[in-house]
Amino acid sequence: MKAFRTHTGLVAPLDRANVDTDQIIPKQFLKRIERTGFGEFLFYDWRRKPDRTLDPNFPLNQPRYSGASILVADRNFGCGSSREHAPWALDDFGFRAIIAPSFADIFANNCVKNGLLTVVLPEAQVATIMKRAQEVAGYRVTVDLEQRQVRDDLGLAAPFTMDDFSRRCLLEGLDDIGLTLQHEAEIAAYEARRSSMQ
Amino acid sequence: MAVELRKPIRERAPSAAGPRTLFEKIWQEHVVCEPPGQPPLLYVDLHLVHEVTSPQAFDGLRAAGRRVRQPQCTLVTVDHNVPTTPGHLPVTDPIAARQMEALRHNCREFGLTLYDIDSPDQGIVHVIGPELGATQPGLTIVCGDSHTSTHGAFGALAFGIGTSEVEHVLATQCLPQQQPRTMEIRINGPLPEGVTAKDLVLGIIGTIGIDGATGHVVEYTGEAVRGLSMEGRMTLCNMSIEAGARAGMVAPDEVTFDYLRGRRFAPKDAAWDDAVAHWRGLKSDAGARYDKVIEIDAASLAPFVTWGTNPGMVVPVTGRVPDPAAARTAAERGTAARALEYMALSPGTAMEDISVDRVFIGSCTNSRLEDLRAAARVARGHKVNPKVRALVVPGSQAVKSDAEREGLDQIFRAAGFEWRDSGCSMCLGMNPDVLQPGERCASTSNRNFEGRQGRGGRTHLVSPMMAAAAAIAGHFTDIRRWRFQ
Repeated sequence: MKAFRTHTGLVAPLDRANVDTDQIIPKQFLKRIERTGFGEFLFYDWRRKPDRTLDPNFPLNQPRYSGASILVADRNFGCGSSREHAPWALDDFGFRAIIAPSFADIFANNCVKNGLLTVVLPEAQVATIMKRAQEVAGYRVTVDLEQRQVRDDLGLAAPFTMDDFSRRCLLEGLDDIGLTLQHEAEIAAYEARRSSMQ
Repeated sequence: MAVELRKPIRERAPSAAGPRTLFEKIWQEHVVCEPPGQPPLLYVDLHLVHEVTSPQAFDGLRAAGRRVRQPQCTLVTVDHNVPTTPGHLPVTDPIAARQMEALRHNCREFGLTLYDIDSPDQGIVHVIGPELGATQPGLTIVCGDSHTSTHGAFGALAFGIGTSEVEHVLATQCLPQQQPRTMEIRINGPLPEGVTAKDLVLGIIGTIGIDGATGHVVEYTGEAVRGLSMEGRMTLCNMSIEAGARAGMVAPDEVTFDYLRGRRFAPKDAAWDDAVAHWRGLKSDAGARYDKVIEIDAASLAPFVTWGTNPGMVVPVTGRVPDPAAARTAAERGTAARALEYMALSPGTAMEDISVDRVFIGSCTNSRLEDLRAAARVARGHKVNPKVRALVVPGSQAVKSDAEREGLDQIFRAAGFEWRDSGCSMCLGMNPDVLQPGERCASTSNRNFEGRQGRGGRTHLVSPMMAAAAAIAGHFTDIRRWRFQ
C-alpha cells in the first residue's frame, strides 16, 4: 500500500453533500478487471454535458484546478455502493486526500486500503476551506498525517482525528493482509475450536 | 462442493459484560484475537463473491502467492453483469464477458464452486445465500457489495466490503474491524394495510436521513418487524446501507427457523436441533444498551414514493413534491433544488400525477417470491398501460421456477409485463437493462441516485405492489385504493 505522511497540494472544491459512489465512478466502468486506469472516468457524468463534451462549469474541468490533489466536499461523501473503483478513480486522477465533514463507512475503509486519506473536519472548517478553494487562486493546503493537522498559509490549522491503526497503516504503507497472517496461529486455533464442535 | 459452515463457538462473554445486544453476542463469538495496537481480528463464516468486485482481489492473491484459505466458506455467483434474456444469453458486451470469464478462471484456479449463468442456483448473491440456506443466524457474512446487509434479516452480522477487503478475507478468512456502535430502531404497532417492508424502510430512511445510521449496526425491533416474513425482513435489512448503517439485523425467531428448515446448506437432523437451540439465544438481553435508539410509530407509515435523487427524499404516495424553499438550510435547499431539476419535477406536484415510462420489479431488495406474488396480485386481470414498458426480473433462477410453478409468469405476461431471467438487471444497469435519458421509472430497487439506472434516467423507489400498480395506471397510484381482480 502507498504510504501517506504529509502532502501539500492544490484544493478542488466540490460543494455537494451526499456524493455517492455512482457519481464518483458510474457503473459502466466497473466491468474492467484492472485496478488502474479509472481516473479518466472519475465523475464521468458530472464532468460531461449530455452531448458528452466536458462541462466547463464543473470544477475539475476548470484550468485553475488542474493538478489538484486535495478534494474538499460536503457531508456524507462516498455513500452508496461499496465499489473500490471509487477510491481507485480518485487516486488515479491524482487525489491524495479528501476533506469533508463526514464519509460513508465502506468508502472510508476502501480509501485507507489505497493510501487515500479521508480527513474529517467540522463543518465550519470545511466551509472555510471550500470558500478559499473557490475564491483564492492557487489555494493549497497541507494535510499532515504525522501531526494530524490540516493547515494553509492563511492561518488555518485544523486538527483531525484518525484511529491509530489506520494512521499507522497509512504512515508506513503497511500490507494489512500480511499483518493478519502474522496471527496464523490464533486463526488456526480459532478454526480448530470451531471444527471440534462439529 | 458444499458450503460447510462451522459451528459457532458457544462461549459466554465474561459475566462482567452484563446484558448484551444481539450484535455484541455475534461480535464476541467471532473475535479471533485482539492484537495490541490493532483492531480486533474478526472471523468471517461466509464470504459471498460476484464478478464485479473480485477480479482485482484474485489478482492480488496471485501476485502475493496466496491461496483462498477456506474455499468451502466461499459462495460465488454471477449477477451484476448477466443479461436477463433467456439463458442469460447472449453476452454482447465484450468487457462484461471478459469480467465473467475472469471469475470462471479464478474459481477454477482457486478451487471455488461457481453458480454460473447456466446453473439452476444462479441468482443475485443476496437472494441465493438465504435461498440455499447458507445464510444462517449468528454468522458473520461479508461480500464486496453494500447490500450484504440483507443477510442481517436472519440475525447474522452481515456487511459490505471493498475489493481490498475481499482479498483480505479470501486470504485469511478474517478482517481487522473496529467495533461499530449499535442502534435500535423500534417500530411500534403493526404495519397498516397496504404498507410493506419496503415502505417501512423508506419511511425509516426518510426519518433518520441517508447518513442517519453511519458507523452503526442497526437492530430492528418491535411489533411491525416481528410481523414481517423473512422476505420482508430481508427487504428491511437490505436498505440499511441507504441510511448509512454498517449492517442491519433482526433477531431470529420461529419465522426464521421455518424459513431455513430443510434448505440445502441448513443443518440437518440432530445438528438442526442443536443449531436452533443456539439460535434461540441470539437476541438482545433485557436491559442491553444501544448507543442510539429510534422509535417509529407504524401507524404513521404509508405507501411511499421517492421524489428525488437519494432514498431519503421520500413522501407518501398521497403527498406532493416538496418545495426546496421549505428546507431548513441553504445547503439542503440547494440539494433539493438540484434533485428536482434532475428529476424534472415541480414543487407541489401531486405524486399520483407523475407518469412513468418504465417499471422495474426486481433487485436484491424486492425480487423474491413473496415480492413477485404481491406484484402479481396487483397485476392480475389488468393490462400494463400502453405507454409503459414493464420488466419483472426474478432474484434467482429458483425464484423464477417457483414463480412459474405458481403461474405468476402467466399473470405477468398476460398483463403485458416482460418476464426475464435472474440478475441485478436494471437496479444498476450494468447489463443491457437500462433507462434511456429522460425516462422515468417506478422501481422496486434500492437507489435513486442520478444515472443509477442509466444516464439521465429518473428513478422513483416503491414497493412491488406500488410498482405493479404504476405500470397499469401509467402513473403512481395509492395501492390502498387498488381494485384487485
